[in-house]
Amino acid sequence: MGKKILLSGNEAIGYGAIYAECTHYFGYPITPQNEVIEFFAREFPKIGRSFLQADSEVSSINLVAGAAAAGVRAMTTTSSTAFSLMQEGLSAMAAMEVPCVVVDVQRGGPGAGSTQHAQMDYFIATRGSHGDYFNIVLAPFSVQETFEVIQLAFHLADKYRHPVIVLTDGILGQMEESVDLKTVEFEPLPEKDWAATGSAERGLKRNFVHNSPGILGFMTGDTYRSNMERCYDRYNKIKASEVLYQTKDLDDAEIILVSYGSTARVTARAQSEARAEGLKVGMIRPITLWPFPRDLIREYAEKVKGFIVVEDTMGQMVEDVKCAVAEKTEVHLVGFLDRHLPTSTGMILPDTVLSRVKALV
Amino acid sequence: MMTETGSKKVLCELPKSRLPVESPLCPGCQHGVIGRILSEVIDDLGIQGDTICIAGVGCHAMMLFTTNVDFVQALHGRAPSIGTGVKRGLNGKKIVFTVQGDGDLASIGMGDMIHAAIRGEELTIIFCNNSVYGTTGGQMAPTTLVGQPTATTPNGRQYETAGFPVHIAELMATFPGVAYSARCAVNSLGEYAKTKKALKAAFQKQIDGVGFSIVEILSACPPALKRNPVKAVQWIQEHMMAEFPLGEFKNVDEIRPAYTLKES
Repeated sequence: MGKKILLSGNEAIGYGAIYAECTHYFGYPITPQNEVIEFFAREFPKIGRSFLQADSEVSSINLVAGAAAAGVRAMTTTSSTAFSLMQEGLSAMAAMEVPCVVVDVQRGGPGAGSTQHAQMDYFIATRGSHGDYFNIVLAPFSVQETFEVIQLAFHLADKYRHPVIVLTDGILGQMEESVDLKTVEFEPLPEKDWAATGSAERGLKRNFVHNSPGILGFMTGDTYRSNMERCYDRYNKIKASEVLYQTKDLDDAEIILVSYGSTARVTARAQSEARAEGLKVGMIRPITLWPFPRDLIREYAEKVKGFIVVEDTMGQMVEDVKCAVAEKTEVHLVGFLDRHLPTSTGMILPDTVLSRVKALV
Repeated sequence: MMTETGSKKVLCELPKSRLPVESPLCPGCQHGVIGRILSEVIDDLGIQGDTICIAGVGCHAMMLFTTNVDFVQALHGRAPSIGTGVKRGLNGKKIVFTVQGDGDLASIGMGDMIHAAIRGEELTIIFCNNSVYGTTGGQMAPTTLVGQPTATTPNGRQYETAGFPVHIAELMATFPGVAYSARCAVNSLGEYAKTKKALKAAFQKQIDGVGFSIVEILSACPPALKRNPVKAVQWIQEHMMAEFPLGEFKNVDEIRPAYTLKES
């Protein structure tokens, strides 16, 4: 049992980074993640770690890429519109095979959208930008889990030498909960013997970190094909071993709710209310959005009357659920249009989810 | 020292940090000359094992094939940000420099470079200015001369629509965070020696922890200029040097703010 303190979700990102031994933070102000950059500006220098306010999010991600290429634990945080600005850099880091953690405290889109909560970055986080690669995407649903997931994100990034995205949102970032501060333990990681740190320690044998597998791959002994095969072996390994989710009451479920992040809190409430009314409703909460718990959903596709996906979008994760279900049962969406207000402050409420459950029953 | 190897005479040994591989650059491209000066400077300063080069995107990046130091390849224009990440990642203890061309540095990467200079980042930038986008086939660069024909200014650059060539060495000298800024050329042995001296001075500013340093080097691109190597160098002398004067524009041993707010 560590120290218990009251934290906002945004501050928990900072604490998670400190506990994960992240040494370098680069960021740029944007609502609703400003508490994060301010946390790092305030706390990192106190403990001898490095904070730098970047001139843009394009720079943020490239600053992170540089620090990561030098072998240190580096991260940035941002929100939706600027997460878009980081996409070229993330694709490059996937190609460079360097680890990093990027937190997207989602706001509304498209464009500058709104400064309030939303879950509209599911696709860009899980699909990424140009080229064949997949981000590992982690989606916490509480302040405690945010703190822990940041530590997991750094571990997975180093383990697979790959960017990891942590997807939270304006609600999770701004809400406060009691957090048990404790270091999450992981298996040991290999040395970063590939990092560009100066070749003196390697007898002048140089290290070479690049993002052009089809142009410069030969410099590190790869063909374009062998590079892509190696990367996809890794993606397959991640899919086979890193899927994380939480389930509730699936055994006798006739309807399964699927929801992640802050919306999962609403969905969990609706699920327990449904059970209290005697309705056979279960819930799956994906924690890794990529890799997605596709096999688990497929397993239940033939057993249930239907799935209801609850996400604060016009429908993104619902596509992954449909893909897993493969038309074996119904898949419905409770989404953006089910918010209680038409303005940017509108939210999906438990009653709305519950009434949809009852309609399907 | 002159040595005999079979039927070939070796007139000049390669610098230690220059890999013994053929340059992939076009015949007459002066980027190779800049690469050689770079290796000589790295050798003279004894920094080969403690140096990380950040390569931009363009022909200048070919130096990564021939220069034996750790490398990180940047996205187009982002070398100063990647370099800052590496430099700070290694807690300022290693030497970090970027090699960038006019498109990489003065167009898509202008912001990254200027903000590295604004921060007084302890980085050295080697800026190869050949007045065109060489790799992609000779299109207009920010440094293309007014009137200069390129693949995207077939009738010559018209300033009314395409603007004016940007003077990077002079521009960078205006920033308080910049310790050293110079423009050089490699059109003669004399300029070769001056370029080497300037590069050494620029690296020394970083080694001494003074601040940001940049050396702009005029470089001939014979294919884009549609001239043979000799005529391309003559073109540099006649035209590029008329637009871009050589010289040192800043050389200070300390960077400091003009004003610091102090409130009680």
